[in-house]
Amino acid sequence: MQVSLPITHPESAAEFTANESRAHWHDQALWFVRVKRDRAARTLNEWEALRALASQIKSHTMSRLGDYLEQFEAQATRRGAIVHWARNADEHNQIVLDILKKHNVHRVAKSKSMLTEECHLNPFLEQHDVTVVDTDLGEWIVQLRQEPPSHIVMPAIHIKKEEVGALFHKHLNTEAGATDATYLAYAARQKLRDVFLAAEAGITGVNFAIAETGGFVVCTNEGNADLGVSLNKLHIACMGIEKLIPRASDLGVFLRLLGRSATGQPITAYSSHFHGPIPGGELHIVLVDNGRSQILDSDEFRGALKCIRCGACMNTCPVYRRSGGHSYHSTIPGPIGSILHPARDAAQHATLPFACSLCASCTDVCPVKINLHEQLLILRSVIAGRKLLSGSKRLAMRLTSFVFQRPRLYAFLGGVGRRVMSIMPRWLVYNRFNPWGRQREMPPTPRQSFRELYRQRRGKDRA
Amino acid sequence: MPRVGLFIPCYIDQLYPDVGLATVEVLERCGQQVEFPEQQTCCGQPMANTGCTADARPVAELFVRTFAPYDYVVCPSGSCVAMVRQHYHEFFHDDPTYLALRKKTFELTEYLVDVLGLTGWQGRFPYRVGLHQSCHGLRELRLASSSEVVGPSYSKTRQLLGSLDGIEIVTLERPDECCGFGGTFSVNEEAVSCMMGLDRIADHQRATAQVLTAVDMSCLMHLEGLIRRQRTPLAVMHVAQILAGRAVPNVTATTAAGANG
Repeated sequence: MQVSLPITHPESAAEFTANESRAHWHDQALWFVRVKRDRAARTLNEWEALRALASQIKSHTMSRLGDYLEQFEAQATRRGAIVHWARNADEHNQIVLDILKKHNVHRVAKSKSMLTEECHLNPFLEQHDVTVVDTDLGEWIVQLRQEPPSHIVMPAIHIKKEEVGALFHKHLNTEAGATDATYLAYAARQKLRDVFLAAEAGITGVNFAIAETGGFVVCTNEGNADLGVSLNKLHIACMGIEKLIPRASDLGVFLRLLGRSATGQPITAYSSHFHGPIPGGELHIVLVDNGRSQILDSDEFRGALKCIRCGACMNTCPVYRRSGGHSYHSTIPGPIGSILHPARDAAQHATLPFACSLCASCTDVCPVKINLHEQLLILRSVIAGRKLLSGSKRLAMRLTSFVFQRPRLYAFLGGVGRRVMSIMPRWLVYNRFNPWGRQREMPPTPRQSFRELYRQRRGKDRA
Repeated sequence: MPRVGLFIPCYIDQLYPDVGLATVEVLERCGQQVEFPEQQTCCGQPMANTGCTADARPVAELFVRTFAPYDYVVCPSGSCVAMVRQHYHEFFHDDPTYLALRKKTFELTEYLVDVLGLTGWQGRFPYRVGLHQSCHGLRELRLASSSEVVGPSYSKTRQLLGSLDGIEIVTLERPDECCGFGGTFSVNEEAVSCMMGLDRIADHQRATAQVLTAVDMSCLMHLEGLIRRQRTPLAVMHVAQILAGRAVPNVTATTAAGANG
């Protein structure tokens, strides 16, 4: 009996792969990005040195995060920003709402921020009579479809242009059946222009916050963050506390890695620096913990906080590519999400560390050298240790271990198993309880094992 | 003459005995004196990969006891060697017996190239061969350069195979994509696992491979299972079998055996 867990990846993944052509299309779209990343990485001879350096900078930052956060707060405040601290998602949402209310804001232009997704800020603000429009094109598409992003860098990568055409026809009154990307993007641009002009406040995420200067950097390819916060006087920047880097001079290392790892671009089209509010405006920075200090405290998973959210691990992950981002049922899908979510809430996300063939491609692709596949393996033992594995799996492993500790029993049972398998009728082997056999033939059942053949061979040698 | 302990993974012992025999023959052709310690069973990877550390530990202890006396341990599976070399730490930490064993445990082609210093292999294999780079051998043992890492390109297995007379190693679109086996992943995430396997096979077919090979029989077991079900005209051989000079299994014969249901 499968113990019923809140959310399971295998079932959602099976649903996604059932539409074979779609799953293949998804796989190929992401593989295309992965190949672009490879080419871009290879243009830099110092790529591996950059990765090592970035990893070291982030490790160092995490080792004294408290100090750097205080330094950042002091410097940001000195530059006129107002710094807020939120322990969890609720506090974060309330802080943002309070700021908006104080300024009597009802329309917000928001640029991409996975943190606000994590905190479910949009539905919270909508409940309080604030209209939020995601101005990143991909984010806006998923917002119009009323679904979460399926990728952190390419939120709408799971949606085909025909579907975008239909969606825009419904919401933006574009021509029915339009699939031309330029036409659709232009229509979105026109409509978003109204959003930017009407907005009374802009919310952005943060890619890198610099402790030394108290400034921060937002990277986009569409310039939507800049428009969203430049046309009005109120800018709220929401950031996880792990976004910090110590010095302005560290920034170049990360900007070179981010664009290349994410999309194969040398650098994102816009890397916008914010140091204090615009004249006459207000800049609020909300620093959010929401489980991060719990991960920071753990020796095994602390390294996951180095993540710069480039999405390269998703693009390379053969499981993510074929199961789609939504199958992870988490704000951050793919390998890094399969660590960050269970590391905070193992019970809720118990199947995610198993949604991985341990191919380790994520570890090799990660620009900050997070040992992703090793952490996923450790998480599995955490989940087993907390008795979150199914009973059948636990029992199977206990029995297997019992047999493997007894060489003669193992050899005997192996022989019995092979003999039984070889005489079993096909219908008894291939049934719905045998997931191996649904699409695959069972391995052969040789009459003799290696150890038997080896013994015979030795006997002959001696004779 | 160093004593070489032969480490034959449980599933090779039980299901693919010829891969074990081919390994013995390859090593003996290099003048190695091999011994198969019979009390070996398994490295413990199935339990460890499922997170059942407590169940894996005693199996790992048996492994270390069994193989500690040898000068070298050689195994025709990158994944099982990676288990011993990369993942036994949590059981043994800095135990000197383990640390010594760790240094002398090798995957077969790695042993031939790195320890015996071979640069090629004598033999004839006039086929178009697709080399599936098994992930654990690739990214945990670094038997070859992985496509993600920027640096010189190399492959110890390819170096040996490539020197065979008449062989043509075909070029794959995705040189080191995972086959989708992944131990219990293959059952736990059956849908994704099989899609990955079929994609892997399709890549070899597009490259017009006649034989699909790897240093890991576990990947091959999964791929062969799909190949037989789909009746794909592609033979499957372990690298040890190619090096030992085994004939290519008849593709049509394999297909017929899979069709009796």
